Amino acid sequence: MAEPILEIRNLKKSFGALKATDGVSLDLRPGEIHALIGPNGAGKSTLIHQIAGSLKPDSGEIRFAGRDVKPLDVAARARLGMGRTFQVSSLAPEFSALRNVMLAVQAREGSSFRFFRPVMRDASLTEPARAALARVGLSDRADVPAAELSHGERRQLEIAIALALGARAFLLDEPMAGMGPEGSQALTGFLDGLRREAPILLIEHDMDAVFALADRISVLVYGRIIATGTVDEIRNHPDVREAYLGEGA
Amino acid sequence: MSRETIVTALLVLGLLAAPFAAQAMGEPFYITLATRIAILALAATGLNIALGLGGLVSFGHAAFFGIGGYAAGILATHAFNGEPLLLGLPGTNQMIVIWIAGAVIAGIVAMLIGLISLRTSGVYFIMITLAFAQMIYYFAISWPAYGGEDGLSIYVRNAFPGANTLVPMSFFLISFALLAAGLVLFALIRDSRFGAALQAGRQNETRLAAVGIVPFRIRLAAFVVSAMMTAVAGALFADLNRFVSPSMFSWHMSGELIVLIILGGVGRLAGPLAGAIVYVLFEFALGGITEHWQLFLGLILLGVVLFARGGVMGMLAGRARHG
Ligand SMILES: Nc1ncnc2c1ncn2[C@@H]1O[C@H](COP(=O)(O)OP(=O)(O)OP(=O)(O)O)[C@@H](O)[C@H]1O
Ligand SMILES: [Mg+2]
Repeated sequence: MAEPILEIRNLKKSFGALKATDGVSLDLRPGEIHALIGPNGAGKSTLIHQIAGSLKPDSGEIRFAGRDVKPLDVAARARLGMGRTFQVSSLAPEFSALRNVMLAVQAREGSSFRFFRPVMRDASLTEPARAALARVGLSDRADVPAAELSHGERRQLEIAIALALGARAFLLDEPMAGMGPEGSQALTGFLDGLRREAPILLIEHDMDAVFALADRISVLVYGRIIATGTVDEIRNHPDVREAYLGEGA
Repeated sequence: MSRETIVTALLVLGLLAAPFAAQAMGEPFYITLATRIAILALAATGLNIALGLGGLVSFGHAAFFGIGGYAAGILATHAFNGEPLLLGLPGTNQMIVIWIAGAVIAGIVAMLIGLISLRTSGVYFIMITLAFAQMIYYFAISWPAYGGEDGLSIYVRNAFPGANTLVPMSFFLISFALLAAGLVLFALIRDSRFGAALQAGRQNETRLAAVGIVPFRIRLAAFVVSAMMTAVAGALFADLNRFVSPSMFSWHMSGELIVLIILGGVGRLAGPLAGAIVYVLFEFALGGITEHWQLFLGLILLGVVLFARGGVMGMLAGRARHG
């Protein structure tokens, strides 16, 4: 089996008495979509924050692309290739969609310490940014300020940014939320192909999407992973049915 | 051409034309007024890089303005009396050398202040920058070698190759040229990759870090460049008045620079210029009638903050757009 791009071992994080991450181990292998599901407050976003570097774990290991990333800050981890989207969209609100993506292209290209050439006339920035917008279906919204985009469009824009970063792995925190049925379906189709470019750690409440996409599913409850397996294994797992999927599943 | 571009061009050309009109009408005093506008606009354009583009509300830019001023005053004094400076270096009365010296020293000081203050944000950043500027202010007051509280006179305005700087029009043109250069630099930075990162950091620092750009480094560089431009304006200001005093370092001065930007339009290319025009004309028109003209200015400022967030530029050119 190929080396995992992301490897987490026995990660722990408490907020006071609350164990938000309680000994989580998990990996992400090339070519796969690994879904992380669990009830509200289970600690899914907290886990992403620790992987991306915006929260410091209390203990445990995080390895990405073969190296220990715990000493690295958010920006350094992004440069290593973590393409992360936020549960609550986080964009530069005054910048157009295009300029938001251009920022990622510029970061990927290297130095931001260039003072004289206007970015809007720099095809090495605008072209890849337009291409990324086209892939998520936002071409005709390129010039709209991020603040004026709809909720779903902002999520698409975050994915376009991750694409433009040349991510080696995608960490997506509820990308379907607020998308509407057609949006979710389109995004499901898109993510299905995206896994061939880079593996995806997918946090998602939309079970249709999860069951359609996931190669593996991990179930997180109260900070612990209670099961990891294929779609069928998880569907039929007794603990999972009880703890999470409920009667109807 | 956008409306913003047209308004900006009109303001710049208007400032250039005003002294010639004044001269034609035999009112040379107005040349000095226009020079004052140009110099304050340059100082505030420097601050506009940090404050307008980067969202870094420095309440200590008087430090850099004063450093430029004292560079002019100290170097001129040594050139005048022939005594060597530190390390046996001579003084100079050459403006170009003075500008470079002032900008470099201000840049180094800004680097040190920035390394500490940029680890904080919001009110803490405002307070720390203020505290540093106040430290320099008190240092200047208690430094008898260069006049202490009384300040330092520049007996003969410093020199510029090929110009008689004592002729008001010549000195205006030098100041105007530097303002024009400052505006060009501001526009280049704003539209560059560096400017994109700087502005993105103001809007959302989490997003900037998430694409792999460290906000701190971008801000530190912006703070340094910003300080250097304000320092050059400080040197010109000293030459305009032929006098420097610790008041250039005072928090009033820092506040005045912020006021100019808010009046004119935060982050707008011509904002500081528009603000300086309003401010200086106001000071001139009302300052003669009442000592309390700043009270009226305060009311105007209140009006701008409450009802016209974009300042003068917002009123003349509409909302700012980012391509
Ligand atoms: N910064 C914080 N300080 C204190 N408690 C926190 C913090 N962040 C999260 N928590 C708590 O940790 C727990 C896990 O939160 P987290 O956001 O990771 O859940 P989640 O699985 O992403 O939930 P959801 O599905 O609602 O997004 C919650 O009880 C939450 O209140
Ligand atoms: Mg969450």
